[in-house]
Amino acid sequence: MESLMAYVVGILFAAAIYMMLRRSIVKLVIGLILLSNSANLLIFVMAGMTRGAPPLIPDGAQAPLGAVADPLPQALILTAIVIAFGVLAFSVVLIRRAYEIVKTDDLDQMKDTDT
Amino acid sequence: MLLAVLSGFLLAVLTPAIHRVVGHTVGWVLAILPASLAVYFASLIPLISDGGAVVKEFAWLPGLGVTLGFLVDGLSLVFALLISVIGTFILIFAGAYLRGHPYLGRFFVIMLSFMASMLGLVLSDNLLTLFMFWELTSITSYLLIGFDHEDSNARKCALQGLFVTTAGSLALMAGLILLAVMTGTYSLSGILASSDPLHEHAFYLGAVICVLAGAFTKSAQVPFHFWLPNAMAAPTPVSAYLHSATMVKAGIYLMARLNPALGESMLWSTLLVLFGSVTMVVGAWFAFSSSGIKKVLAYSTVMTLGTLTMLIGVGTELALTAFVCVLVAHSLYKGALFMIAGILDHETGTKDLRRMGGLGKTMPLTALFACLAALSLAGMPPLFGFIAKELMLEALLKASFWSLGLTVAAVVASMLVVGVAGLVAVRPFFSAFLETPKKPHEAPPGMLAGPAFLSVVALVFGLAPYLPETAVLQAAMTSVAGTPVDSYLALWHGVNAPLVLSGLTLVTGITLYRLWPTLQPNLSAVNTAAARIGPEAIYFRFMEGITHIAGWQTRVLQNGVLGHYLLVLVAVTFGLAGFTLVARHEVHLALDLSGSRFYEWGIAALLVAAAVFSSITRSRLGSVASLGVLGFSVALIFILFSAPDLGITQLLVETLTVVLLVLVLFKLPEFVKLSSPLERFRDLAVAIVAGTVMTLLILAGLEVQYFESISAYYSENSAPLAQGRNIVNVILVDFRALDTLGEIFVLALAAIGIHSMLKLKAEDQYKP
Repeated sequence: MESLMAYVVGILFAAAIYMMLRRSIVKLVIGLILLSNSANLLIFVMAGMTRGAPPLIPDGAQAPLGAVADPLPQALILTAIVIAFGVLAFSVVLIRRAYEIVKTDDLDQMKDTDT
Repeated sequence: MLLAVLSGFLLAVLTPAIHRVVGHTVGWVLAILPASLAVYFASLIPLISDGGAVVKEFAWLPGLGVTLGFLVDGLSLVFALLISVIGTFILIFAGAYLRGHPYLGRFFVIMLSFMASMLGLVLSDNLLTLFMFWELTSITSYLLIGFDHEDSNARKCALQGLFVTTAGSLALMAGLILLAVMTGTYSLSGILASSDPLHEHAFYLGAVICVLAGAFTKSAQVPFHFWLPNAMAAPTPVSAYLHSATMVKAGIYLMARLNPALGESMLWSTLLVLFGSVTMVVGAWFAFSSSGIKKVLAYSTVMTLGTLTMLIGVGTELALTAFVCVLVAHSLYKGALFMIAGILDHETGTKDLRRMGGLGKTMPLTALFACLAALSLAGMPPLFGFIAKELMLEALLKASFWSLGLTVAAVVASMLVVGVAGLVAVRPFFSAFLETPKKPHEAPPGMLAGPAFLSVVALVFGLAPYLPETAVLQAAMTSVAGTPVDSYLALWHGVNAPLVLSGLTLVTGITLYRLWPTLQPNLSAVNTAAARIGPEAIYFRFMEGITHIAGWQTRVLQNGVLGHYLLVLVAVTFGLAGFTLVARHEVHLALDLSGSRFYEWGIAALLVAAAVFSSITRSRLGSVASLGVLGFSVALIFILFSAPDLGITQLLVETLTVVLLVLVLFKLPEFVKLSSPLERFRDLAVAIVAGTVMTLLILAGLEVQYFESISAYYSENSAPLAQGRNIVNVILVDFRALDTLGEIFVLALAAIGIHSMLKLKAEDQYKP
């Protein structure tokens, strides 16, 4: 499964970077969302994918019974998801405001600091 | 010794306070320091004249092997005496010349620092400290030349001087390091004492060229001569000090100092003689054809610097004797003449020689000292300049190579200099009276003290040459030559070839002086025409070129287009990473499908389809919807592969994201095609390369594990230490709680930012 997901993540990255290179500012945001999703998946895939063994400790035990999924990458991704959402919300509002002021969504037109 | 060098810096720190206390007499008060230094150096004379040398070492950066070493032998003692004696009178003179100047305190701070740096330079024994003081003189002289910082011309000239000298000193640093590598020591006394011949060393050529590049720029040799006359933008006391006795002589000092180590090779002699003689003639020519009194003196300094370089290059015992005499004579008369130029400027309000005349009646003392100094400049008996000039001519006549050419060049230069001497001493004082912008009167004692002392010393040395000779000059010659030198200085050598040549130069020089009013405008026109292709024009073109390149580079790299920045970043990052991966690691394009189940295939296909569709669709709603599909598929992956917490969070966040996008993005315009097909193709290529590199990285990364995972610690200790059963949650809120706090902080900041952006109305900023 990991090798399959490696290709999927590669395609996701390619799509994200292609969108971020567009001149439309809306497409830049879409690229940003794609990028954060592919980064999360990347970490998840690299840690190894385990089916049906969540990192939980049953009642009465002091350690998980048997092999469970690696909890550390999950903690990292959880943080990443939330931060990515904060960044996304901020950037969406920012571009909306930029559009209100400069009246264009073309990034190539937004290269002067004194518009 | 350490105190002698550093006291200048210490006093410079206290100068503003002293200035506030003593007011206008600050020049006299500060002059006590160089005067006492002069006494101190004079007290070393008996030791040095017996052939001794003082070497003192102080640990400075022992870890790096840098010592603060000082070496006093004949040569450095001559320089130290000149610096401190002339410095004394310059400080007195500057106090009177700049009387009432609002920045007088600042002036003395820089002046004293410069003096201390110069002393450090000539007394250093360690090559690295020598270089440090060398740079300090460049920096302080930059501040002094640009002292009148509200004048854009002064700023420009100061910068020019700085650029030229520091460009040279970069080369000098390389040269000094090569020298140290060749000899294995950074100590000057060690290098001079070592008996190994450096000429055969592989680095010899490089070391000579680098050292000479530094010395030639500092000492204004052709083609780097142009910064010196421009440096006349400085206040006159600065010119008198920097461009007579100190700054420009630093290069001369270095060449003389290293002559025993690097000299006596064909390369060294040829380079020095060639550059020196050309500089001598060019300097004399420009001196005679200029009309500003300071420019005239500046170019005659260039001429002398050329002469000194040439004499080191000739290198015979006689030439080195002449070198030391010309050096001392020049410092004495040029210091005096610059101060007289300052007096004339100060009292008449003009620097133009064509507008001065008949000042002898109102300024008799100035006229007297000007004549004495100018006689020395022209090389007439009974002044010390005469002895120096006779020796120079004799040395050139007996030179081992190019004797005839050098003698002719020196005679031509001397003729022009005789004319120059007339210009600065006869014309302003004894020609027909001319009205000047200010009513002239005799200079105050503070301004007369310097010219008086220096010109009288030149006279005394001329009448009794054995006085300086036995004191320090012989020792100085010895240190330049590297072997003991027997000299015989005398005013009267009998009628011989040099005397005849002297007479010739005198007669021609006087004729030239008489013709000057008619010749000068024509000569000056020739110079203006030549300046278009001269070294200064090249300098300006070079500086403009740098500005152009900087502008072009900024336009290319900092073009303000986000897409280009991103493109470069992505291409470089993934290009390098991909190259390293392919070059250093075997790439296996494995696709192991055996472990996958059919619905997992479905999710993977859904992910790919959603990503591709959101990138190519022209509909905003379609794009946002497919992003939603993508997010939910990711959540499914999380849930299927043992990460329920991630799945829940992803579902919540994805829902919010879609809502947010729908709310905001639909206030923005429709998608339109902005890029050309070629641009899209380029971006697609970069994106595909990046995606491929990521896939390869994951495949490579899955095969290796370099370190033991730290996850086991969390799994084992979650329940016993943190009393939690969901390990992921325990990591977030307990083991790595500080990280989570940081995350909350980021979210709060984003929320504040969003709130303030929504609150501010766009129009508000642009209301007039």
